Amino acid sequence: MKYLKELEKGCEQVTVMNKRLRIDSDNKILPVICIITFIITIWYGFSIVLNAPWEFDKAKRNSITLSKTELVSQTWSQKRPKLPTPHQVAKEMWDTTINKKITSKRSLVYHGLITFYETIYGFAFGTGLGILLALGIVYNRATAMSVMPWIITSQTIPILAIAPMIVVALGSAGFSGLMPIVIISMYLSFFPVVVGMVKGLKSPEQLDIDQMKTWSASKSQVLFKLRAPKSTPYLFTSLKLGMAASLVGAIVGELPSGGGGGLGFRMLSGSTFGNTLHIWSGLFSAAILAGSLIAIIGVIQRIVLKRMALET
Amino acid sequence: MVYFAGAIGFWILAWLLNIWIARQNESKLLNLFPPILFGVSIILIWQASVVGFEVSPVILPPPSAIYYKFISSIPTLWGDFVQTALKGALPGYLIGCAAAFAVSLIADKFKFFGRGILPIGNFLAAMPIIGIAPILVMWYGYGWQSKAAVVAVMVFFPILVNTVQGMKMSDKIHKDLMQTYNANYLQTLLKLRLATAMPFIFNGLKICTTLALIGAIVAEFFGSPIRGMGFRISTEAPRFALDMVWAEITVAAIAGSLFYGGIVLLEKWITFWHPSQRGRA
Amino acid sequence: MVQSEVINVSNLDLTFETGDGPVHALKNVDLKVNKGDFVSFIGPSGCGKTTLLRVLADLDEPTAGEVTVNGVSPREAREARAYGYVFQAAGLYPWRNVAANVKLPLEIMGYSKEEQLKRVKKVLDLVELTGFENKYPWQLSGGMQQRASIARALAFDADILFMDEPFGALDEIVRDHLNKQLLELWKSTNKTICFVTHSIPEAVYLSTKIVVMSPRPGRIVDIIDSNLPSDRPLEIRDSKDFIEISQRVREGLRAGHSDE
Repeated sequence: MKYLKELEKGCEQVTVMNKRLRIDSDNKILPVICIITFIITIWYGFSIVLNAPWEFDKAKRNSITLSKTELVSQTWSQKRPKLPTPHQVAKEMWDTTINKKITSKRSLVYHGLITFYETIYGFAFGTGLGILLALGIVYNRATAMSVMPWIITSQTIPILAIAPMIVVALGSAGFSGLMPIVIISMYLSFFPVVVGMVKGLKSPEQLDIDQMKTWSASKSQVLFKLRAPKSTPYLFTSLKLGMAASLVGAIVGELPSGGGGGLGFRMLSGSTFGNTLHIWSGLFSAAILAGSLIAIIGVIQRIVLKRMALET
Repeated sequence: MVYFAGAIGFWILAWLLNIWIARQNESKLLNLFPPILFGVSIILIWQASVVGFEVSPVILPPPSAIYYKFISSIPTLWGDFVQTALKGALPGYLIGCAAAFAVSLIADKFKFFGRGILPIGNFLAAMPIIGIAPILVMWYGYGWQSKAAVVAVMVFFPILVNTVQGMKMSDKIHKDLMQTYNANYLQTLLKLRLATAMPFIFNGLKICTTLALIGAIVAEFFGSPIRGMGFRISTEAPRFALDMVWAEITVAAIAGSLFYGGIVLLEKWITFWHPSQRGRA
Repeated sequence: MVQSEVINVSNLDLTFETGDGPVHALKNVDLKVNKGDFVSFIGPSGCGKTTLLRVLADLDEPTAGEVTVNGVSPREAREARAYGYVFQAAGLYPWRNVAANVKLPLEIMGYSKEEQLKRVKKVLDLVELTGFENKYPWQLSGGMQQRASIARALAFDADILFMDEPFGALDEIVRDHLNKQLLELWKSTNKTICFVTHSIPEAVYLSTKIVVMSPRPGRIVDIIDSNLPSDRPLEIRDSKDFIEISQRVREGLRAGHSDE
């Protein structure tokens, strides 16, 4: 316990030093780097532990005993590891992106693009639907009272679980390709947008609304000059959640497609054929895709909010 | 066609009724009508469209067919519910919550760790965690353990992020008060900060109820014994027995709503003091 | 006259580093407070009166100078639980009822359950809140919440009471009533009270000593020893002595203002 306290104190001192030298005024960079390093170290450790049984089996069959260094180096380079090491995953990702043609079905970029398009279209439609519903809820009390409870209930229906079925059903009705998956993504991403926009559009205080009244402002003027600007912070938060949800929808929607493509398909085929490297590289690509898309929204958020002086 | 016109007529009447109700003063009883009327209208339109336009049951079964299938398959549905929700989602939810609380306490006590874990937690909470389902099935086998593991990981990050934020939220004035009493870390934690963190913690808990069930169901797509909601859906769907699929969805929706409702009740009991619970939001 | 010195401040200086640059909150503050004194700190916003109180309570640290409370550093005084602090806002915990709120410091300081019950009853009696033990803060008016906050500060027999504009948010009538109650409390318990306010009548009515402060940088402009008798009905506010002291306070405040 005392050791931990000393460690903590040491970390704090480095943080203070960083702050003084203006390297890291948010105090976030150093801790994050430390934790990531820690996680990677543990990961390598677990790789050894989880992949060891297979090595031991193999060694027994060949009547060899493994030395410690052999065990380590071999668990870190299995062809079908239970837990691939970071560098194995990185190598696989490199191989399937840089070293393959984009049009090849073995290319991670090919699959990534499919998932990307599904996500973006689903996100766009979902956001549009969400904003329309939010406007309806804010401006029409009958809509608010009847629809709102169902919107919340809709999220308890595990659409994700019936995504396969939707794809199959729509497929037999003649809609194939990306369309069913886009619908699933749209369904998942509209909810955060509705909730956030309703909150945002309702956020102006009575004070501001009364002020608009004294100027005899029309409903659309109030909407565009007061409610919409005031709801931008809420909008951006919801967009981030919606984007994440849309990506999850896209990935799960790909599962039953049986040959379509995309990162979800890639992970499923990896799982079916025991190719763990496919699973992990697919997963990481999905994470990178999600992270980048959300980061882009974050950048736009910062620019817009700074110009609107809602955030310094 | 007659059916459809009839249903649309009902919809219009119901909507007019809703508009009238919306204009009345608030009353708890009256407030129940709009959503119920809306729901009933949707079901009627559904039934009427499917029957009236002779939509193939392979694409969308009518509510009546779903109802019959539901009634006649209760043992199967119950077995699936036990496997997925009670053995998979619930343990996973509890484990994930407990782990998230433990890590938040550590993040709170050791500020350096907390500053590092929060951005990482935020990042991972937005990730398609569902993607690790195949990996966990590979590690833990086809039984409920892998499903619980998936759920635990899925709920861990949102709850962690919300709890950490809640722990930061005590008013300065309350913290100063604790300092004048020379209260130690444990006393301040138990008597002040946990209580103020509760609204945030429940925010996370509510979001994760739906995540838990969805996680358990989707995880079953990647491997499951011959029971479970996800299993049933993934086997009945290719056979175009869509009425069974929708029956399972109904079970899932009911289970999810009950779970969510349970947490809301718990929230009302524990955070009775918060303005949002006192109707003054 | 030998009186025990409870608080001694010498050459206190406090500069805050803020995002907009350093703020010189307190400069060259010298002060002595004796046991049983009722000292008011009065001045416009930014004059450092709350900061000074917080330094005495070890809620903020000085950048220079020496402070002793009960003969030891403020930190040691705080660790010995030598004082009760009443904030500007009542600061009651909304998840605890009135009795539980008053019990809070007693729980932390390890009093026995019987002691807790006894003391809660006693202090709620003192502030005339008997019967409201099971009410929650949001069910009480502002004045009642403040009284509960004061009861909480009295619960554990600290000899010193620090009060930061406790009646600032209340209306005149309630304020008068609470002022009177506070004076009676002070007389019956003989505590040393340091009281921050921005109301001249309140400062003159309550105190034995008035410290007039001015801002930018925060400093003491005048220390007035009140010659009012210890028995003070509210009508004393119309007496000649009262008006004279008030005028002296006002002059001190004006002088502080014109320095800018």
